[in-house]
Amino acid sequence: MKTNLRRVLIPIVSVFISLLVASVIILWIGEGGFGERFVFLGDAYRAMLKGAFGDTAAWMDTIIKMTPLILTGLAVGFGFRAGVFNIGAEGQMAMGALTATLFAVNASSFPAFIAIPLTVIVGMLAGSVWAGIAGFLKAKTGAHEVITTIMLNWIAYNITNWAVSGPFNDGLNNPRSPEIAEATKLPNILSSQATFMSYGILIAIAAAVVIYVILYKTSMGYEIKSVGFNPYASEYGGINVSKNIILTMAISGALAGLAGTLESMGLYYRFYGTLTSGKGFDGISIALIGQNNPFGIIFASLLISGLRTGSNQMQYVGVPKHIVTIIQSIIIFLVAAERIITSLLRLDKRKGGAA
Amino acid sequence: MLPFQIPEPSAYSRYAVVMKKIRKQFPKVLANDDVDLYVERGEIHAIVGENGAGKSTLMNQLYGLYSPDSGEILVGGEEVVIHGPKDAINAGIGMVHQHFMLVGPLTVAENIVLGNEPVGAMDVFRYQKARQEVQKISQAYGLTVDVDARIEDLPVGSQQRVEILKTLYRGAEILILDEPTAVLTPQETEDLFRVLKNLQKNGKTVIFITHKLNEVMAVSNNVTVMRLGKVTGRIPTSETSPRKLANMMVGREVLLRVEKSPHKPGSEILRVDSLKVKDNRGLMAVEGVSFTLHEGEILGIAGVAGNGQTELIESLAGLRKADSGSVFFEGADITQKAPRDIRELGISHIAEDRFKYAMVREFSVAFNMALGRHYKHPFAKSGFLREEEIYQNAKKLVEEFDVRPREIHILASNLSGGNQQKMVVAREFAYHPKCMLVAQPTRGLDIGAIEFIHKTLIHFRDSNVGILLVSMELEEIFSLCDRILVMYEGSFMGEVKPDEISLEEIGLMMAGQTWEQVEGERA
Repeated sequence: MKTNLRRVLIPIVSVFISLLVASVIILWIGEGGFGERFVFLGDAYRAMLKGAFGDTAAWMDTIIKMTPLILTGLAVGFGFRAGVFNIGAEGQMAMGALTATLFAVNASSFPAFIAIPLTVIVGMLAGSVWAGIAGFLKAKTGAHEVITTIMLNWIAYNITNWAVSGPFNDGLNNPRSPEIAEATKLPNILSSQATFMSYGILIAIAAAVVIYVILYKTSMGYEIKSVGFNPYASEYGGINVSKNIILTMAISGALAGLAGTLESMGLYYRFYGTLTSGKGFDGISIALIGQNNPFGIIFASLLISGLRTGSNQMQYVGVPKHIVTIIQSIIIFLVAAERIITSLLRLDKRKGGAA
Repeated sequence: MLPFQIPEPSAYSRYAVVMKKIRKQFPKVLANDDVDLYVERGEIHAIVGENGAGKSTLMNQLYGLYSPDSGEILVGGEEVVIHGPKDAINAGIGMVHQHFMLVGPLTVAENIVLGNEPVGAMDVFRYQKARQEVQKISQAYGLTVDVDARIEDLPVGSQQRVEILKTLYRGAEILILDEPTAVLTPQETEDLFRVLKNLQKNGKTVIFITHKLNEVMAVSNNVTVMRLGKVTGRIPTSETSPRKLANMMVGREVLLRVEKSPHKPGSEILRVDSLKVKDNRGLMAVEGVSFTLHEGEILGIAGVAGNGQTELIESLAGLRKADSGSVFFEGADITQKAPRDIRELGISHIAEDRFKYAMVREFSVAFNMALGRHYKHPFAKSGFLREEEIYQNAKKLVEEFDVRPREIHILASNLSGGNQQKMVVAREFAYHPKCMLVAQPTRGLDIGAIEFIHKTLIHFRDSNVGILLVSMELEEIFSLCDRILVMYEGSFMGEVKPDEISLEEIGLMMAGQTWEQVEGERA
């Protein structure tokens, strides 16, 4: 009970505090007297809300941006649950997207109802193989996944750059692939002005549900968590530790691969050199804020993508975009150093607070 | 045996160390209860006692790691107050701990001078000078080491020498060694004894802690025996024998015997054949043991901790690869099987190290009670957990085994140590195993819980389960077992029946004497 309450409260209070700190900064940036500065502050937050959720297009933009974040967040959070720190979501996302695009470009002969699932599977497999390498190395040689996944990120970065600027280039001098076959494009749920929102978000939410079920309802989840908590006791309890480490990495990589695949199938319709642009790393922050809980991760993604889309609008009233980076950093800082919040709220057991 | 005459204060100058009426209370135990220690100048003094007798606590107070609640310490006849290791070092005391405190990537010379490095102008470290100084001490005391070798490349025995050299470099006249042989091979132990005698020849005083009686006999001049925080004897080594020491060490308390029916072994269930197992350092811990376990009996393995029992049990449970030899269960070879396959056959295991092996602290009590069967009926069905079954099972077990509080959803880490053990024991009994590997089942439990677990073990034995019991508690072994194997340095010193042997005789076997030798001494 108490731990659950804590899990929810810590991120919420962190968000609140970070907004408070950001307010102070915005007040400081503002010009004129006290009253004017407060008006400025109100304008800034109003602009942010409008930019993120003000109209259908804003909403759609927020949702489009949150789709890959859910998946990379799930990838990292799932790994955390099993005691593996997958820093390689970025590379797995890139490899998943590249491989899926490679397949999708050449999949014009399939009907959509086959081409779409097939492309998704190809992308997930590529991500899981890429992560599986790190899982295998950890399980068999003890090589730490933080090191190997970082190395694999660079390898992926260079492979994808080479591919889209060389053999897999669309011939127009940009570092990008040709467009994917019509049959492999994800259909749109909604469109407004020049914004199109694909079914990708539903796939991402479905993935969160699946991960939740795996973690909390299956014996596979039991084993994965057990290995994360205590590999020795797991071995004693008849759980194959190596197998579970590789499996966790593979699932984690499949999620990251899916993130990249959906970006290609539902948004860009091709592979760009900048397709991932740090979204894999964002997964680490998202997982932290979401406390590694699949549904927490959905909300964390909504929060971060909302802040980002909102920040564009904020610039129009004169608040630098970087304020959002500050807000995000403070949230992560507070969530990571949760002791600060628990003692603030007196959630700490020893102090026997009101919570 | 003449009782040790407490010396008059006027004679204190004869003693390198005098500790008088040292008392140290820890939250739950009185670790030192008015302990007196007299160590003569230039002697090798052994402190022996079982685990938890308070030996290390006493020495840690001499070295300043703890301060005594009351009592006096005199070094070289003068009263000293030791607030920390620095004071101890200034008083000429050096200590070599069980776990070495060395920096792996640095060389021997660098490690030895660390903290007191010879420096030149501008505080530049003078490595050549350090080498020379270290070489000088090393030659003076006959402690040969390669001063330029990196610590991480050295075997444990050499690392220990570096630790000794470190204390000498800092001017120690009195050396404390806490169970120095626990980490050494027999060969390294002999080398260490040579070094100790050399130090003695050079006028140093050595205090060493051990629970191996043959080592006391081999190297010491005087012995102080401790039991449960008190000194139970102090005697010149030449006037005692391992038998007498064992007597003082173990005590002669009335055994808590459990009612049990006569031994009626059934057919053979487990057979171990020339099994060899290595420990974590890659040294042979189990040196080719053979034995059989039958249905309906409890076979005990007695021995001082660290003589291969842990490795033996872990190997039987599939957690540690056997180096050679084989294990048969109901006639089938299970030597290289995985833990899950071994459990599937009906072998359950109460692990010695509760925190490391037997439980997942971050899981709830209910989930812990499903560990090992979490993947199959009744706890799982086609890959999905059946939470209702898991909870029902846990509710039944906390009731049956009196796990307090009766709360199955709290994390296992929130239980007290004794209740965690009950949780583990409950789960392993609930398997309805055919064979049980039981290590230290009652560690950390109170008398009531111990009795309950003993009765349950007897009950399982009477319902034809074969039980292999490893315990450091001799009394537990004596009261429960039908047959006893005594293990020493990876081998069995013999098989005995509890009603044919005395505690002291078992103590001798635990210290490395074979049954034949012990039996011979009877005549």
